[in-house]
Amino acid sequence: MDVLANLGDGFAVAFTLQNLGLALLGCFLGTIMGALPGLGPSNGVAILIPLAFTLGLGPTPSLILLTSVYYGAMYGGRISSILLGIPGDEPAMMTVLDGHPMAKKGMAGEALSLSGIASFVGAFIATWGLILLAPQLVKIALLFGPAEYFALFALAFATLGGVSSTNQAKSAFAAMLGLGLAMIGVDTQTGVPRFTFGEVHLYDGLDFLVAIVGLFALSEVFIFLEHRHGGSDANSGQLKLGRLTPPLSMIKQCTPTMLRTSILGFIAGVLPGAGASLGSFISYSMEKRLVDKEGTFGKGDPRGVAAPEAGNNAAAGGALVPMLALGVPGSGTTAVLLAVLLSLNITPGPLLFAQNPDVVWGLIAALFIANFMLLALNIPMVGIFTRVLMVPPRILMPIVAMVSFVGIYGISGSSFDLLVMIGFGVMGWALRKLDVPLVPIILGTLLGNTMENNLRRAITIDNGDWFTLVDSPLALTLWAIAIIGFVMPLIVGRLVRSKMHERGDEEGSITD
Amino acid sequence: MLGGPLSLRGPAVQFYLSTQIPGDTMSDRIFGLFGLALAIFFAWAALQIEESFLSDEVGPKAFPLIIATILGISSIFIALKPDAEPVWPSLGRLVEILAAIVVMILYAQFLPVAGFVIATAVAASYLTWRLGSPALSSLLIGVLTSVGIYVIFHLVLGLSLARGPLGF
Repeated sequence: MDVLANLGDGFAVAFTLQNLGLALLGCFLGTIMGALPGLGPSNGVAILIPLAFTLGLGPTPSLILLTSVYYGAMYGGRISSILLGIPGDEPAMMTVLDGHPMAKKGMAGEALSLSGIASFVGAFIATWGLILLAPQLVKIALLFGPAEYFALFALAFATLGGVSSTNQAKSAFAAMLGLGLAMIGVDTQTGVPRFTFGEVHLYDGLDFLVAIVGLFALSEVFIFLEHRHGGSDANSGQLKLGRLTPPLSMIKQCTPTMLRTSILGFIAGVLPGAGASLGSFISYSMEKRLVDKEGTFGKGDPRGVAAPEAGNNAAAGGALVPMLALGVPGSGTTAVLLAVLLSLNITPGPLLFAQNPDVVWGLIAALFIANFMLLALNIPMVGIFTRVLMVPPRILMPIVAMVSFVGIYGISGSSFDLLVMIGFGVMGWALRKLDVPLVPIILGTLLGNTMENNLRRAITIDNGDWFTLVDSPLALTLWAIAIIGFVMPLIVGRLVRSKMHERGDEEGSITD
Repeated sequence: MLGGPLSLRGPAVQFYLSTQIPGDTMSDRIFGLFGLALAIFFAWAALQIEESFLSDEVGPKAFPLIIATILGISSIFIALKPDAEPVWPSLGRLVEILAAIVVMILYAQFLPVAGFVIATAVAASYLTWRLGSPALSSLLIGVLTSVGIYVIFHLVLGLSLARGPLGF
């Protein structure tokens, strides 16, 4: 069993005192960030990336820290959904529907622990799915030449808006804006400066970390300033938990639900353009249709809590598959994780599995470890995390802003980068108001240069023939999926969207 | 206030949402035209790129021009098929955001001069004050935020932060 041997090696990498400590720290911070409304997985990971670098962590430890934050945030989102009826992050949107009614019935503790178990099941199954599926995808990806890679990137951009996309023109705009920003700097192939307008600071191009932290973290600060939403949503009366273990009968009743939705969520995560929010949405909808015979969904049915939580955590694991195997992330947070890899000079994709097996399998082992840690943290210690909800945004948001500045300044030590970050923060705020998704911008700045290089390589190999881009069956298939993926939301999107956005946050352009 | 996800946005906004007139679409039209201008500017800037004599088949201009084209087309679509008007803040809130931006810019400029602890304490105090902390306690919160970050990131984790004339 190749897989088990690899996994064994991975555990050997992950089981050092430092890595275990980082995983624990990441799980803890991630749960807090997921729980706090206004800090989700994307901006949580975004603020921590620069810190992981300036601390001089190596590739594997940084990845372990940040993916633990990622998994942790997926766990944490449910806490404020259940207790306050406000999703801590977007994937936890559906958990509000049954979680909050359960809390009102005095079953907050049961809802929290049950959803913790559901999160664990979802993430656990998804991690196995990742192990089994990613190497298969790698085999396909090894057949890719530059033309296919170019088509694959186009596919990623075309589908990133997702089935629930509100406006495909805006998704395309965002992707092109990101790609355009990536063009700034000295052209890698000919050495001529592009779009630098004589500004020396721009010759190296824009640092995408600066863009990410500005767009995700600072824009959130501006949103809070705009609404002057400085008070805490929680007061201590709401945070009574009651019994912290779900009765066995409840777990038994929910087991089939958890298993079904884990698989469904995983698939949703792997598919381009879906991500964790959609994973939890379809999980909930499917379970409602399947088992809601008495019409108890929406009134505090435990299965309605288990379904979206298993679904979104499984989707979070599933989203790692295309990111690791192809180097093309399918969701916002995995785009941010891609930024981590790229900044560490690791190019994800099929070669990663061959050249850096320690990174891949160390990461996968870390996911298992993080998952067990999260279960252990989230059931008995959930009381600590609920206290965090009492920290009002008027204190939290300045901290977020200042930590963002610290991280970016730590990398470069330049005030110019801080100014660029503020610029991105303002741009992110305006674009969120206009309902332009931010994730394609990030992905564009991340992938822009690789995409262009693949284009130029493909055409140079074929002596300047542009038709080489649609020359192979594989490339044609990818283009076809890209076109379908872009057009489909225009047709079916309206349906899905109206259902999903009934309870959505209109400014939540940071989807995952 | 604690009813549902909408409460993230406060009562004034909810009132606005309920009174919003459908069909009011100016923002997206302006945004689309702005995008079109951006696309034209980007294409123009791409054409200004000096070709090197050692160029590959495609050259440094082609991909930026493709980007500019799609940027332009999507902007036209945004202008022609606008979404409903977003909820823009009142003038007062807009000034609030502008003021925060100015404070952040000043922070970026003065960070190397004043040193991390002082600059951060001032900026954090300002932000927490504007988010609704009482004036005196916001000073305290600002100082605590700054010192807290300094202790955790500099003293414990060893990150190098901007040094001021006083050494911190």
